[in-house]
Amino acid sequence: MKELKVLAVVVFFTLVTYWGVEPYAHSVMHKNVEEAKFENFQYKDLKAPAKGDPAKGKALVAACVSCHGIKSQGMKAPMDPVAAAQAYGVVPPDLSNAGAVLDEKFIANFIVSPTHAGLVKKSAMPGGMADAQGAADIAAYLKSIAPKEIKPKEAFEFACGRCHAVRYDKWTQIGQTPKTKADIKTGVDLAKMDFEKKVGQYQLKLAGYLGKLPPDLSIIVRARSEEYLKKFVENPQHILHGTAMPRVGVSKEGYEKIYKYLEEVGDPSKPKREAVGPWVIGYFVLFSFLAYLWYKSQWKGLK
Amino acid sequence: MAHFDPNARPFSHQWLNDRLAIDTLKRVLSTEYWIPKNINFLWAMGMVLAATFGVLLISGIFLLMYYIPDTKQAFDSVNHTIMGEVGYGWLWRHMHGVAASVVFLIIYIHMFTGIYYGSYKRGRELIWLSGMLLFVSFSAEAFSGYMLPWGQMSYWAGMVITNLFSLGSLDLQGLVEWIRGDYVPGQAFLGRFFMLHVVLMPLIIMALIVLHFGTLRIPHVNNKDGEEIDFEAEAEKWKAGKRKEAKVIPFNPVFLSKDTFVLGIYFIFYFYLVFYHFEFAMDPVNFDPANPLKTPPHIYPEWYFLWSYEILRPFPKNPGLVAFGFAQVIFFLLPFLDRSPNVAPANRRGVFKFWFWFLLVDMIVLTVMGKVPPMGIYTTIGTVAAWTFIILWILLPFITKAEKPVRGHK
Ligand code: HEC
Ligand code: HEC
Ligand code: HEM
Repeated sequence: MKELKVLAVVVFFTLVTYWGVEPYAHSVMHKNVEEAKFENFQYKDLKAPAKGDPAKGKALVAACVSCHGIKSQGMKAPMDPVAAAQAYGVVPPDLSNAGAVLDEKFIANFIVSPTHAGLVKKSAMPGGMADAQGAADIAAYLKSIAPKEIKPKEAFEFACGRCHAVRYDKWTQIGQTPKTKADIKTGVDLAKMDFEKKVGQYQLKLAGYLGKLPPDLSIIVRARSEEYLKKFVENPQHILHGTAMPRVGVSKEGYEKIYKYLEEVGDPSKPKREAVGPWVIGYFVLFSFLAYLWYKSQWKGLK
Repeated sequence: MAHFDPNARPFSHQWLNDRLAIDTLKRVLSTEYWIPKNINFLWAMGMVLAATFGVLLISGIFLLMYYIPDTKQAFDSVNHTIMGEVGYGWLWRHMHGVAASVVFLIIYIHMFTGIYYGSYKRGRELIWLSGMLLFVSFSAEAFSGYMLPWGQMSYWAGMVITNLFSLGSLDLQGLVEWIRGDYVPGQAFLGRFFMLHVVLMPLIIMALIVLHFGTLRIPHVNNKDGEEIDFEAEAEKWKAGKRKEAKVIPFNPVFLSKDTFVLGIYFIFYFYLVFYHFEFAMDPVNFDPANPLKTPPHIYPEWYFLWSYEILRPFPKNPGLVAFGFAQVIFFLLPFLDRSPNVAPANRRGVFKFWFWFLLVDMIVLTVMGKVPPMGIYTTIGTVAAWTFIILWILLPFITKAEKPVRGHK
């Protein structure tokens, strides 16, 4: 059929143009991302620790709780986030979920040298808190107290939440934005203003510590490709050389949780798209079929 | 004196006919609007465009209910309120974004169909010119719409494009600031582009669509062979029941049935993109909020502007602007630069055949080169393609002047 040939020509040129401006152009523009190594959160550059003893680790962790809380073990954070930021520039995260999100080998290396493991020049977490064996014991302990299953948001809170806000989920670096009520007569909401002030104080310190305020990650899944994000989190230096964001050391499972959270917040319509799409397309298939019958009946005997 | 039948029931057929001449209207606009039989689905692209404009208008109205034209709130009103909080807001946004991109694909197909079959000559000059005005208005509509989410690309593309108005070495900073309403894109800028996008440009486009349809009425659409048809005579044949012999068919219902079928197929394709492949129409960079302190590593316009952007880029500042200006207006001149009287498919027109395919391929090359970073081999290819574009248009009058009459034409 002649018309199908014409259609084939149109489709051909359309696809060539599409290929050129999308896959091809992006592969050229994002060469650095495409070429960046990805080792599936193996951290091959770090030394594998000796076998750790959780019981010994439990004793050693006493050195950590002057800064960190471990809520699941009944240890509250010694300072609130704003005070902690005054002291360190960033809040030391609660360690209850550390073993569930981070890679064990990474934790052991991190305790010995946060800058070496995190690939940054300076870190608010002091190095040399334990020797290699002690660090392995602490890592084993943190692993042993980690809950089996944690929610995607908990994984995010622990690994990223101290630096990154997610305003579409009302997450701030110092925690969830509380529900407050404005005074009816005046519209003044002091509790809200208090909270905002605290966030502001925290962010100023955080920006001082890192050189800039880390971006809000609300819709980062639409702004960066899946490949970019996983490679960036595995090793920020591979993508943004000299960046102040440390290698966080998440495990593969930990990363999947974090990504799931970011996707739920940043692309909330995904399940609905998948549910509605087939119906709309099915409708137009039926529409076209009926239109085809109409067309054939109208054009009968014309040629 | 008009005659009004006092006994006609209000809103009955006769009552309406007396007042609105609905029978005549229907005849003139549809059942006796004659279309050549000898055309293919490419002649349905006009209707596809009209339908896509309808989709843009309706989805746009829904978006407008929640969009906030304020530099501090615009980004979140789109990306949070519409995409996450309003029921099916995401659907309207994806429909709007995808339609805005696809409409240009169809416009280009529609234009190249016109070029291929010579549908801009012999009485059809005004169809072409009104079409080009539509193209320019759609470009302005698309560009102004792109500013609204106030993302990184909105901001920086707005910066780069308004900078062009400094006109190179003339250095008219005053003009640039006058357009922006500020030294850099800001609230005044967003407010202006908002107005253009939701009021002025849609009004202009609607008026131009009416004009475009009007220019079609007397010359009628062209056909696959460029044959000059005596529409009155052929229409008589049709009315006499000679459906086979008549070279024409009425728009309604005969051609409309085919238009409808093509529309159905088109909407399958369109909604496939809306649900499963919308990323190409919504640039990732624009999901970072506008940040005046951080220039994105690559600034590029949407794909449909890339070819003219690439004509600007490889040259030094002033010649680049001249070349860019050339690219913007040259398509308007097509009916006058084509000096051949032949109205026939390009493939039967000797050298013009090569001109057509060269132009098409060259514009695709320019489009791709407009997106990749200007370095090394890409700069070379881009420069060659830009020169090719200019030279092709300079050659056109000479090629067509020398063209031999095609069989069947005087
Ligand atoms: C002087 C206070 C201080 C002490 C003591 C301290 N930390 Fe930290 N720790 C921090 C701070 C601050 C951070 C956040 C660093 C950052 O985000 O740059 C941190 C981060 C961490 C992290 C998160 C690393 C990551 O990649 O997400 C872990 C795990 C950790 N500390 C474990 C420990 C352990 C185990 C100890 C005890 C051996 C300990 N810390 C002792 C301040 C401290
Ligand atoms: C110690 C603070 C800190 C932690 C913890 C942290 N980040 Fe970051 N992040 C930053 C900083 C600082 C930047 C800005 C980097 C730059 O622009 O150089 C950043 C930037 C980013 C970016 C944007 C990169 C770009 O292309 O501009 C992403 C995505 C990101 N972080 C994801 C994460 C994720 C996911 C986590 C948790 C697994 C995380 N970050 C944990 C500090 C942090
Ligand atoms: C989005 C806006 C547009 C709409 C809604 C539109 C609509 C239409 C319609 C309904 C037709 C008749 C059917 C057909 O031949 O396809 C038509 C014909 C035509 N249009 Fe457009 N059009 C648009 C833009 C353009 C542009 C940008 C051009 C080129 C500059 C153009 C040039 C033409 C020409 C030359 C014809 C006559 C085709 C022929 O005689 O074979 N149009 N248009």
